[in-house]
Parts: sequence; structure tokens; C-alpha cells
Amino acid sequence: MTVISEGATAAPQAAQTAPLLEVRDLHVEFHTRDGVAKAVNGVNYSVQAGETLAVLGESGSGKSVTAQAIMGILDMPPGRIPQGQILFQGQDMLAMSGEQRRKIRGRKIAMIFQDALSSLNPVLSVGYQLGEMFRVHQGLSRKAAKAKAIELMDRVRIPAAAERVNDYPHQFSGGMRQRIMIAMALALEPDLIIADEPTTALDVTVQAQVMDLLAELQREYNMGLILITHDLGVVADVADKIAVMYAGRIVETAPVHQIYAAPAHPYTKGLLQSIPRLDRKGQELYAIKGLPPNLLHIPSGCAFNPRCPMAQDICRTEVPVLHTAGPGRGSACHFWKETLGE
Amino acid sequence: MGRYVIRRLLQMIPVFIGSTFLIFFMVYALGDPVAALFGDRAPDPATAAQIRHDLYLDHSLPAQYVHYMGNLFKGDFGVAFNGQSVLQLMGDAFPVTIRLTIVAIVFEIIIGISLGVLTGMKRGKPVDTGVLLLTLVVISIPTFVTGYVLQYVFGVQLKWTAPSVSPSAPLNELILPGLVLALVSLAYVTRLTRTSIAENTRGDYVRTAVAKGLPRRRVIIRHLLRNSLIPVVTFIGTDIGALMGGAIVTERIFNIHGVGYNLYQGILRNNAPTVVGFVTILVLVFLIANLLVDLLYAVLDPRIRYA
Repeated sequence: MTVISEGATAAPQAAQTAPLLEVRDLHVEFHTRDGVAKAVNGVNYSVQAGETLAVLGESGSGKSVTAQAIMGILDMPPGRIPQGQILFQGQDMLAMSGEQRRKIRGRKIAMIFQDALSSLNPVLSVGYQLGEMFRVHQGLSRKAAKAKAIELMDRVRIPAAAERVNDYPHQFSGGMRQRIMIAMALALEPDLIIADEPTTALDVTVQAQVMDLLAELQREYNMGLILITHDLGVVADVADKIAVMYAGRIVETAPVHQIYAAPAHPYTKGLLQSIPRLDRKGQELYAIKGLPPNLLHIPSGCAFNPRCPMAQDICRTEVPVLHTAGPGRGSACHFWKETLGE
Repeated sequence: MGRYVIRRLLQMIPVFIGSTFLIFFMVYALGDPVAALFGDRAPDPATAAQIRHDLYLDHSLPAQYVHYMGNLFKGDFGVAFNGQSVLQLMGDAFPVTIRLTIVAIVFEIIIGISLGVLTGMKRGKPVDTGVLLLTLVVISIPTFVTGYVLQYVFGVQLKWTAPSVSPSAPLNELILPGLVLALVSLAYVTRLTRTSIAENTRGDYVRTAVAKGLPRRRVIIRHLLRNSLIPVVTFIGTDIGALMGGAIVTERIFNIHGVGYNLYQGILRNNAPTVVGFVTILVLVFLIANLLVDLLYAVLDPRIRYA
């Protein structure tokens, strides 16, 4: 009983405090030879301390670009942020100087990348790359930094850390390398971690281990976590809430379990139906028809309308706003009631 | 690693024998050293025969080669036709050429790498296009043209440096010849560095370094450069051998009494012991420089392991 009441009171409390990170009406575009690619078109989301937000979407939906904008590692040019705010602990990071942002990177907000083999420097030992965090941000000596690196490797459960600290990235297995990426992000105990498809490059069995480790460390440090993924299976276990992105917009947001029970957007519904399930063995797997939109020519109205089974005339002319579809839920569909009600 | 080095050293033996035999064959079989010794005069048959006997030239070519190599391993490179020992000639010439090569390599490293990094970081900007065009010009013009032009401009007209290098070849007189010698390789180093930097800038690990909140300087030097310079360092390494042998033109222009100058004189006068001796040493320099570069590669890139 006590456990349930604790959980019930904890949720509204978290909602009342100012969010750790708040993205407001963010737009990102890329100027290419063929025209302007609108990668992010007015994204809003927020993360509280200790909360996990899963950002879901297919390639090109703008989920990684949003993360890179938060991190401040977009290539500009060709990238440009014409509009929007990224508030971190109440301060707009887009208004900060380059040096101020650099001091936030790694120290307050850290990022875990998808492919640890290419994301780690091939010619520097993992101990050096981990220790670099302490040497640059805290001014520790080479020796002290190495001791810290071993400690970190221990914490992400890399066996024989003290002996392996001088090894190079290619000498580790995929799972161990991703643990090193996690250790590096964790080094300075940041307030927020952005994990961009952290398990996509790993074997299924290793995926679960790495995800569990990440979730456990997040709880331990009470960090905010933005988990970018296209894998609905990964999301269910660890996320508190979900934001589904399509063509640079958020099409649905919801607490994690509600979205599985009853999606309020046809795109989310399509995604859920396309997960292979044991009880549908032998039946043809559902696929959303059509292709992801070309970001140079996003369809008018609702960007999903050419692929949507429910599309009406209004969908082709009017961009749907994010309707409130229940407590903590939003759906950018003109027919969210019908979608929910089915 | 040890096994690899031994295998490489063993592989050097046939290469060494093959290349030295080839040069030996060309010098002794295709020209007549004794006739060359007498210049325009017809040699007295008895004297010529005596000389042939003294120089071991009255034996078959393979026997001559074995005899020559045998002496070589005893440290005897023979005597040049003017009476000086070849060892003595090499002792005078090699330090000069080594100094010249060092000057050239320093130019390659400082100017070539700096320009390469600059253009690699500013791809598509005017400075990039300008430097690229300049490297193309430098690569296209042969050394004997650039050499004479620079000698005339800086040595004769502006008098910034001596147009001709004195026999002791002090470093300050070698600056212009060193630059001339380096020019073509320098252009290649610039282009190689540029390409390598451009390729690595897009690398995921550079993005990681930025995401770690490292200062820009550190991202560039520790992460970007450390990776980008691996192919450049190996190129410069192999270039050492090429520069030492290829200094013939430059040494001739600036009258530097180094390896190239001696080789040129030797070939001109059909002075067989000099030519064979110098080339033999150059072959060794090439082989050892290549081995060292391959070993250096493994040090620079931990992903490469020799077994």
C-alpha cells in the first residue's frame, strides 16, 4: 500500500517543480544545395530530474537533430536554428556564448552515441579518453584522472578495469565499448543525459544489459534522461513518458503505458501494429504504407496525411495542433478522439 | 613484433642483393671503366690489362660482384679512379646530404602540415582554393626550373643567400636548397594533410570530443590531428629515402658536394666504384627507412599489430 501511495504523490510533485530541460517551439533547418530541409518544425518537450523521456520516431523524424541542438553540436552551417528556446535549469542555452555552452557540455549535459566504435577515438586508450573529462573540466593530474577512469570503468561493471584501462577501443566487445561511452557520459555526474539510440548497434542480449545499467545509474544519480530510439521494445521498460516525432514535429506525447494501451495518433498506432508479436505468428507483419516524407517538401496540412488510413480533406489543408487528449497526453491529430475511441 | 622485424630484415636480403647486382651490372657491363679512366687517349694494352687485374676486372661479372660484396662487408668500398677511397668520399658527402635532407623535411613538416591543416579546416574558402592551386603549380614545375629561378631571384638578385653553397655546407646556406628540394613533396604533404583532416573532421569521435565539452584547441590537436597525421607521417618517412637520392638535381644547381653531386660526377666519368658504393648505401637507407615507417605506423595507430 505504502509503495503505491508514494508513487502516486511523487508524480504530481515532479510536475510542479520547474523542468530540468524545456524545449520550446524549436525549429532547425539545413541549407543544402537543393533547398532548405526543415528537420525540426516546432518541437516542445520537457524533462524533469530523475525522469526518462523517450523520443520515438523513424530516421529523419528530427529526433537526433533535436538532441544535437540541445547538446550544441549541430554543424552550423549548414544547420540553422531560426526559432525556439532551449531552457536548461531555467536559462536559454541558445542565448549563451560558445564558451558558456562548452562548460555545460559533458559537465551538466552529456551524450551517449549510437556506435561506440566510431564514436570513441581509435588511437587513444579508453583510460585517456575517460580521464580527459576530469583533466579538462576539473584540472586533475594525469595520474588522478586515470584512477578516476578505473573507478568509472568499475562502476559500469567492466571486468578487470585496472588492467584494461590502457586498452584501446577496438580491443573491447561492442557491449563493453557502449559501457565505456556510458561511463564517459556519467563521469562528471551530469544532470541530464541524452542517449541517442544507445543500444541499436548491439546484440539483443547485450542491449538489455546496457539498458538496465543505464536505467540503474540514472536512478542512482537522479538524472534526467532523454532516450532517443526507434525501438518500441526498449522504451516500455525504462521510459516514464514518450514523445513520438514525425517529420520534425511531435505528433503524440503520453505517459508510457497509456500509449501502448491506447494510442491517440494514427502514426503511433501504425508503429505499435508493426511490432512483431508472438501471438500473431504466421500472419503478415503490418507496415505503415508509403515512405517517410522528404524534408525538402513536407506535405501540406498534417505531414502524415499521405500515409494515414484516416486522412480526410481537413488533414491535407490544416496543420493539426497538439490537442489535449487526457491528463499528460497530447495528440496532433484532427481525429484523435476517433483514433482513441476505436 | 620481434618476429615481424626479423622477417622484414630477412626480406631485405634478396631486395638488397637484387638491386645492388642490377646497378653493379649496369655500371660494369654496360660501360668500360678502364677506358673511361684513360679519357680520350687510347689505353696502352699492357697497362690496361694490369689495371684490369688490379681491379679484379679480369674475372666474370658474377665473380666480380661476389668479390665486391665480400670487400664491402669488410668495410672496403674500393678506391675511386682519382685515388680517393670511396669510403672517404662517402664520409664527406653523406653528412652534407643528411643536413640538406633534414632542412627539406623540416620545411615539409612545418609548411606542408600547417597549410594542410589550414585548408582542411577551411574547405571551399578562398584560402583553400588558393593553396590548392599553388600546390598544383608547384607539382607541375620540375625541380630544375624552380631551383634555377629561386637561385636567381634570392641568390643573385636579392642576395639574401649565397647562390652557391661552400664546400663545408653550413646550415644557413642550405635553407634555399632545402626548400627547393622539399617543394614537390611539400605540395603533396599539404594535399595529403588537407584530405585527411577533411575526412576526419566528419568523424564520429570528433563529435564525441566536442560533446565532452573539450576546448576547440584540444579537439583539434589531441583528437583531430592525432588521427589525421598518421598517413602524413608515414609519407614523410618514406620520403626521406627519396629526398636523399633525389637531391642530384638540387645539389647540382647549388653546387653542394653531397651524395647527389658525387653520384652525378661518378656517372659522368663512368667512375664505377663511386657509383656502386653510393647507390648501395642509398638502397640500404631506403630499405631501413621503409621498415622504420612500417614500425612507426603500428606505434601511431594501435589498431595495427604485426605478428
